[in-house]
Amino acid sequence: MFEHFDALVLARFQFAFTVSAHIIFPAFSIGTASYLFVLEALWLKTKDKTYLELFDFWKTIFAVAFGMGVVSGIVMSYQFGTNWAVFSDKAGPVIGPLMGYEVLTAFFLEAGFLGVMLFGLKRVGPGLHFLATGMVALGTLISATWILAVNSWMQTPTGFAINENGQFIPVDWWAVIFNPSFPYRLVHMVLAAYLTTAFVVGAVGAWHLLKRTAPLRAYTMFSMAMWMAAIVAPLQILAGDAHGLNTLEHQPAKVMAMEGHFDSHPNGAPLILFGIPNQAEKRVDYAVEIPKLSSLILKHGLDEPLAGLDTIPEDKQPPVAIVFWSFRLMVGIGFAMLGIGMWSLLCRYRGTLDSNVWLHRVAVAMGPAGFAAVLAGWVTTEVGRQPFTIYGHVLTAESHSPIAAPAVATSLIAFIVVYFFVFGAGTFYLLRLMARLPRDPSPELMEGPIRARGITPGPAHGGTHGH
Amino acid sequence: MVIDLAFIWAAIIAFAVLAYVVMDGFDLGVGILFALFPDKKDRDVMMNSVAPVWDGNETWLVLGGGGLLAVFPLAYATILPALYMPLGLIFRGVAFEYRWRTKRWERVWDVAFAGGSLVAGFCQGIALGALVQGIPVVDRAYAGGWWDWLTPFSVATGIALLIGYTLLGSTWLVMKTEGELAARARRLAMQLAFATVAAMGVFSLWTPWQRPLYLDRWFGFPTAIFSVIVPLLVLGCLYLIVRGLRTGRDAQPFLAALGLFILGYAGIGISFYPYIVPTSLTIWDAAAPPASLSFLLVGALVLVPIILAYTAYAYWVFRGKVRHGEGYH
Repeated sequence: MFEHFDALVLARFQFAFTVSAHIIFPAFSIGTASYLFVLEALWLKTKDKTYLELFDFWKTIFAVAFGMGVVSGIVMSYQFGTNWAVFSDKAGPVIGPLMGYEVLTAFFLEAGFLGVMLFGLKRVGPGLHFLATGMVALGTLISATWILAVNSWMQTPTGFAINENGQFIPVDWWAVIFNPSFPYRLVHMVLAAYLTTAFVVGAVGAWHLLKRTAPLRAYTMFSMAMWMAAIVAPLQILAGDAHGLNTLEHQPAKVMAMEGHFDSHPNGAPLILFGIPNQAEKRVDYAVEIPKLSSLILKHGLDEPLAGLDTIPEDKQPPVAIVFWSFRLMVGIGFAMLGIGMWSLLCRYRGTLDSNVWLHRVAVAMGPAGFAAVLAGWVTTEVGRQPFTIYGHVLTAESHSPIAAPAVATSLIAFIVVYFFVFGAGTFYLLRLMARLPRDPSPELMEGPIRARGITPGPAHGGTHGH
Repeated sequence: MVIDLAFIWAAIIAFAVLAYVVMDGFDLGVGILFALFPDKKDRDVMMNSVAPVWDGNETWLVLGGGGLLAVFPLAYATILPALYMPLGLIFRGVAFEYRWRTKRWERVWDVAFAGGSLVAGFCQGIALGALVQGIPVVDRAYAGGWWDWLTPFSVATGIALLIGYTLLGSTWLVMKTEGELAARARRLAMQLAFATVAAMGVFSLWTPWQRPLYLDRWFGFPTAIFSVIVPLLVLGCLYLIVRGLRTGRDAQPFLAALGLFILGYAGIGISFYPYIVPTSLTIWDAAAPPASLSFLLVGALVLVPIILAYTAYAYWVFRGKVRHGEGYH
């Protein structure tokens, strides 16, 4: 089945597959770790048991997702060496220390305090436990910072020289880390992680509001999630716009592909809403476009000139169709999120946030939207910088290891089989955990001074012991 | 005086790998021992004894791998293709959570936990064996064949490492559990202690013949002094394990088993140095430029002690015997 592919294509496919499977989990666990921190803070401040119950509920879900993130991440870190040895040798002196710092400042922090956060509340008490939760949340954010510095440097490399072995040598670490696209990419990704989690939390809350089993807890999380949607979605659109302008400055070919601009437009470029990019004929078929709008968005002037892919040599152009479509998918989801956020504000104002069945249904449907948007966004930026791994300097075709196609094909098949099995099972368990929100306590128990934890039906297995 | 950054980094990476081997070693060992403890309650306790710390333990592997990329990129680029790391760690990693999420599939994840631990440990042993054999490098790239890593020697090191890991696992259980489970672990640890020392003996007699360099190190002056001292210390550790098991000092066998690993590791280090990919690349050949080495070194010197401190704290929080019914599940 693989005899028609060369090792490069297979290695690229393997990387795309494993990194896509991986990014889903950090995108969720960055947001969830911060959410847990907020829940525990609210519990400590208000002493309202609802927050502690929600903390325990999401903690278990976090633990499963975090575990999947760790194991899929180990695969990523070793894949650099196995499949992309030439790239590792050349870029290692620059990106290696950044990843080293990620391990030292983030991974150990997360792993060291995760055990205390999951198992240690009774052993260390609420104060130190809260500290542990905070350290886990901080760790996820530090991790995102370093890895986005690495990715951004590959997109917009600065602060380096090249030595006689063809290796990239760091000259100015400040310029390496704070490369031109890093701040934009970091903000865009962290907001994306928060939105992803908000919509998962919102969907779970809405689901349980519809089922009416635990209205108090379900409403608490739904309301928190909708605040996040209403506040973060508009911020994310602004951040995305700023990131796009930054990309126009540093990676114009990527923006040309996103916009579907095969031709240069000296007198104002149209915004192509939809169409079918035809790279062979260098045009967008069946295009629906709004004249001059692209120039207005990207250059803030109706008649501003905008260069097209005709200014880029053909062998340096990214594949247009993928970038064009993934970009539209991401933007579409972003605006749908904004819509939900605004709708929730309206419902909140009218006092129907807990009762508007249609809002709840749509929120359930939007549960996975964040993941789709994150994947679409990464496809846009990663495919858009092709044919380079280090933009403008190292071609993807020159980056892979001297290993034969059968070796890559074998491990690729193994990864696909194992990932579908392992992460399929994990996703199933996650959904089942999300579906099992313990019932709200009945009113007479709530008035009592202590609510026995034993009465809440625990997960089917593992029992109700613990804590 | 010129500071030899490559040497300092070789020491740090060597420390990270050692930390990984002894820390993940015992939790991999506990995983492998799952196969010998079919009772569900025993398995619950066994898994909970390592659950709070396993993730931190595996982070040392990431530091070893990530550190290689950072400071010895050429070694990273040549060792890893030769040692295509399989997937055992994935299965055992997710089993820590999945196992508690299902009744019907609990057995499946038990098998995944034990099997994943076994595969991961075996592969690490094979990787070690392949490294000791030597890896050919031409023109800054791996120049060996597809199946070079698979030899009788590397398979033997794989088996030897598995025996060692199960010794660490069983002594860990002696320290962390009680009752019938601990009694069984004690009997196993006794047998595994002798098996481990025997495996170390076989490995030590076989290794010098892999490369002339090793032969020279083992029997040439002054390094031959170690060839005399190390075996004596190994026998000392064995004595401490056996005594600890007999007299009921439950922490002693585990600590002495760690001693065995440190001795074995030191022996390999003495044979290798200064090669990082024997006998193709020295640490200086493979080192990243000084700007990379010094940038990360500043952080490592501050951060590694902090990491060790809070890792020790996490172990301290979960000190003492694990009883059935503990854990958050």
